[in-house]
Amino acid sequence: MSGAPSLEQVFRDEWGRVLATLIGFLGDFELAEEATQEAFAIAAERWARDGTPEQPRAWLVTTARNRAIDRMRRDQTLAAKLPLLDMPEGTEEPMDETAIPDERLELLFTCCHPALGLEAQVALTLRTLGGLRTEEIARAFLVSDETMAKRLVRAKHKIQAAGIPFRVPPPHLLPDRLAAVLAVVYLIFNEGYGGRVDLASEAIQLGRALAELMPDEAESQGLLALMLLNDARREARFADGTIVLLRDQDRSLWDLAQIAEGRSVLDRALALGGRGPYVLQAALASLHSDDPPDWPQIAALYEELARVTGSPVVELNRAAAVAEAGDVEGALAIVDALDLGGYHYLHSTRAELLRRLDRPDEARAAYDRAVELVHSDAERSFLERRRGELG
Amino acid sequence: MKYVMLIHQGTTPTPRSPEEWARLSADEQKQIYADYQAINQTPGVTPGQGLDTPETATTVRVENGKTLTTDGPFVAVKEALGGYFVFEADDLDAAIELAARVPAARYGGAVEVRPVQEW
Repeated sequence: MSGAPSLEQVFRDEWGRVLATLIGFLGDFELAEEATQEAFAIAAERWARDGTPEQPRAWLVTTARNRAIDRMRRDQTLAAKLPLLDMPEGTEEPMDETAIPDERLELLFTCCHPALGLEAQVALTLRTLGGLRTEEIARAFLVSDETMAKRLVRAKHKIQAAGIPFRVPPPHLLPDRLAAVLAVVYLIFNEGYGGRVDLASEAIQLGRALAELMPDEAESQGLLALMLLNDARREARFADGTIVLLRDQDRSLWDLAQIAEGRSVLDRALALGGRGPYVLQAALASLHSDDPPDWPQIAALYEELARVTGSPVVELNRAAAVAEAGDVEGALAIVDALDLGGYHYLHSTRAELLRRLDRPDEARAAYDRAVELVHSDAERSFLERRRGELG
Repeated sequence: MKYVMLIHQGTTPTPRSPEEWARLSADEQKQIYADYQAINQTPGVTPGQGLDTPETATTVRVENGKTLTTDGPFVAVKEALGGYFVFEADDLDAAIELAARVPAARYGGAVEVRPVQEW
């Protein structure tokens, strides 16, 4: 069995698909999760002894399904309430792997339903699609195991009790619901980007699944491209506990293969005619990776992104690009027109611009304001160093 | 699935406060009546009754076997229940879509969708 994927790898790859199939089949989250867990436990024991079966997914689905049917038989009152009216016979014959529908997309849309709170959406997505254990999710979001377990139980109960459908939403609901799914995946990514690396790769996995399952949705491709491109620069983002600006990053630390992959996913998104927020952000991430970057084009894309999102934070980024393109006065005018007084990046951007315009007193005051507002130690030490350089 | 749709009026103008109601144009008033009528005629909907003002409400609680009645609605906030209807639907998405058609939902109120507990 040399060259075969490890058990752990198979488990990580198959958990979401097997669970999605079971939920689709049973219509019951709790029962599906218990049965899937049992099937994986049996597999861990049996496969280690007898080797991995030829069709591991079919084996897992069949085993989990049989376990669930057994359980329903044991508890007739429960069985009476399940939607499974003509309960199929359990069988040891594994089904044909190609005949098992991929229902991960249904599962993803269910987990990210707006009737669930955002925190619950994130936790449930990581638990069901990502296969993370409750304790792992709790640690990632800095809450106790008990709090996270309650959050998951409440979410699963609400799905069942409130009748949240297990399906890909119909076309008239799809744009809003897809935006919610993409937002959850991107939130997981950004949690990881802020230092918790495992979550970033988890989000990329989810993004890959989404891009594969919705090949014609430009924004799904755009989100995957964006995550790949940003994540490729991860190693270069921090040095000695301080953030390193893009232009000062050691490019030899960039993952060039991943940048190339991100760009080819971006090309697909653009070929689909995508001009949505994720596609635009991915295009910006790609342009930022060029040496030297094409600042006028970056400024133009930020302008388009600001129109799409209506976000003043994007305007702030546009100002930085306008300055890089040579028009520092114009950049300062953009910044001063923004209503973002409580946002430390506004003040740090102003400070940088004022420093370039040789107005050190105003620059110093702006750095002071930014330091007052900043939360992260890495960013504070960066700002203090920049202020110190003003002399 | 069966849902009870609880209509919280919030700041929605209603005929019960004639001054605020008069601020809506005749067309807007007509539209609101028409919308409620359309909802009541939607398949699966069992119309409830309109409720009298929150000031007329009495809240009943039982503590340690003793019945406690208090004057007013249960909620302490300004938003109070204004009415309800029952909707039999396939799933929550259908209920949310209908809830969004209730005029109160767009005039500053909200609709609370509650599944009927099944035994």
